[in-house]
Amino acid sequence: MASLFIDSIRKNYGPTSVLRGVSLSIADGEFLTLLGPSGCGKSTLLRILAGLEVQDAGSISIGGRTVDELRPKRRDVAMVFQSYALYPHMTVASNMALPLRMRRLSAIQRLPLLGRLLPGTARIAAEVDIEVTRTANSLGIGHLLARKPVQLSGGQRQRVAVARAMVRHPAVFLMDEPLSNLDAKLRVQMRAEIKELHQRLGCTFVYVTHDQAEAMTLSDRVAVMLDGQLLQVAAPQDIYADPADRRVAEFIGSPKINMLDCVVRERGSIDVAGSTLAIDAEVLPGVPLTLGIRPEALHPADHGGQGALTGSVLSIEHMGSDLFVHLDLAGVDDPLIVRLPADRASHIAPGQTLHVGVRPDRVLLFGRDGQRLRREVESGRASVTPIREIAR
Amino acid sequence: MSGSNSTVRLAPAAAILRHTVLLVSGALVLVPFVWMVSLSLKPPGEIFRASFSFWPAEFHGVENYTNALTEAPLPRYMANGLIVCALILVLQILICVPCAYALAKLRFPGRDLLFGMVLVGLLLPHQVLSLPLFILGYQLGILNTYAALVFPYVVSPFGIFLFRQFFKTIPDDVVHAARLDGLSELAIVWKIMLPIALPALIAFSIFSVVGHWNDLFWPLIAVRDQSLMPPPLGIMAFKNEEAGSDYGTLMAASTLVVAPLLIAFLAAQKWFLEGMTGGAVK
Repeated sequence: MASLFIDSIRKNYGPTSVLRGVSLSIADGEFLTLLGPSGCGKSTLLRILAGLEVQDAGSISIGGRTVDELRPKRRDVAMVFQSYALYPHMTVASNMALPLRMRRLSAIQRLPLLGRLLPGTARIAAEVDIEVTRTANSLGIGHLLARKPVQLSGGQRQRVAVARAMVRHPAVFLMDEPLSNLDAKLRVQMRAEIKELHQRLGCTFVYVTHDQAEAMTLSDRVAVMLDGQLLQVAAPQDIYADPADRRVAEFIGSPKINMLDCVVRERGSIDVAGSTLAIDAEVLPGVPLTLGIRPEALHPADHGGQGALTGSVLSIEHMGSDLFVHLDLAGVDDPLIVRLPADRASHIAPGQTLHVGVRPDRVLLFGRDGQRLRREVESGRASVTPIREIAR
Repeated sequence: MSGSNSTVRLAPAAAILRHTVLLVSGALVLVPFVWMVSLSLKPPGEIFRASFSFWPAEFHGVENYTNALTEAPLPRYMANGLIVCALILVLQILICVPCAYALAKLRFPGRDLLFGMVLVGLLLPHQVLSLPLFILGYQLGILNTYAALVFPYVVSPFGIFLFRQFFKTIPDDVVHAARLDGLSELAIVWKIMLPIALPALIAFSIFSVVGHWNDLFWPLIAVRDQSLMPPPLGIMAFKNEEAGSDYGTLMAASTLVVAPLLIAFLAAQKWFLEGMTGGAVK
């Protein structure tokens, strides 16, 4: 068990800057998810943590010990790879025993024939076998120990990869998109198993994914990464409800958050898509802003005008319990998506004019630079917290 | 070799045509070999008879094979061939596999240049290098020894290329996992990469052993001592000095020389197929 401290890590591949000064501290026993689209540098960061890649600048410490100079095997971390990276020529038991054998047996004891004759080898090998069997049984793969990876299904391989990482009791678990090769049903099941595993082992997990559902359901905290920078590190509910940056708001949530251009008319009211909303922006009048509103924060209203948006229904998506209504607003390019409970929206049909009310407390305002304007401020100008400080 | 294995059923005419073409080309490849075996069973008089038959009218096999084994030191030649081929193969694997791993999976300055040089090495015919190698062998004082037969082949550009291409197909994550599991780079080469590359290893071994067992050119230059001669050179010496026009015995010796290769190849073929089907990573 160990805390993890990442201090302004930078990494370039030739002229491309992959990580631009990432700093993050992860508490002992925490489940932290690095979430971002592919190519944002999250896997590179994980590899640097494991010691498989070397950073160009910055420092990493695990459990209070700086590990920058240490080789991967000395860092006391284990990793589960997206491709599982099992050794195809070894049985499941050998795959799991290898990390233990490498640590406990000396180089001479590991020699193919001679090693078995040396004192102590048989005893250590027997201990390794017992631990392998115990770990395999705890993950429900005890009956697969004699098989080779090619004879296993995707879910079984995934479990073997987790078992191989688990068997040597690492201080930190690193997982690089471990579920992305599984089908949707198995993914949900394995998600629950990983969460249960974290609770049982109690050690630090760093989990990389591009799937926001995994990040939201598994994590204590989510670190949203984009273009080699951390945009926000916060609990899943805060990432969703209180994003620090327009890009975070747009990345999290399905369907995507509605983003509308708006202008402050006067203190306490904002012009957006031909309507005026009573929102206290605390920004000088005339300043252009972006208004973000999640689809579920909109509700049908009896009439248009003050406090409501009006548009014609383009299409309706039935999702079972909910409907997604796409509204065409005058002067807005992208349709406004409204999420309504199915039983309250049965009368809506395409082509119809619909008024929707906006919950002012759910409105998120972003400046032209994409930063969130927080509304709890003292004077006329909204104070904006820089990304760097939020990220720490 | 037949149309019945293919998923598309061919019309009878097309199937007959296909089989005819395959049988004719197969026969063309096999005829010299069958003829060799046939001659090795015939008495001298029958070999030069105008009428042609694969099957000997008078069976002379026992005499021919006995002569082949007793008149010339054929077992000695075969032992030499075995020693030389085994030494070459072991040393080639010991050197080529780590080189190929470095070229495929490690990042270091000059890697691409080095790989380019391997490709250049692949393009050079061995005969071009024979004079410099002869002078090198002379300077080292190893001419007319086993070392002279082995040293030019120890670094095989073909082996490096073949293993490098195979290692490229193994995901980097397997190497990363091995590093995290505590394996050193050399342990990764021998315990992870080489076992996964078993099909490449077997293919390379076949190429190497066949090539060096049958090699005549370099042994002709490198050794003069009859006790060091590998089989083809031995047979050539045998033809000139002892056998004269005794082609039956010569063909018997040739058959005996080729037999180990055939047996080895047929045995390795099974492994080869097993290696091909058992090597998947995902």
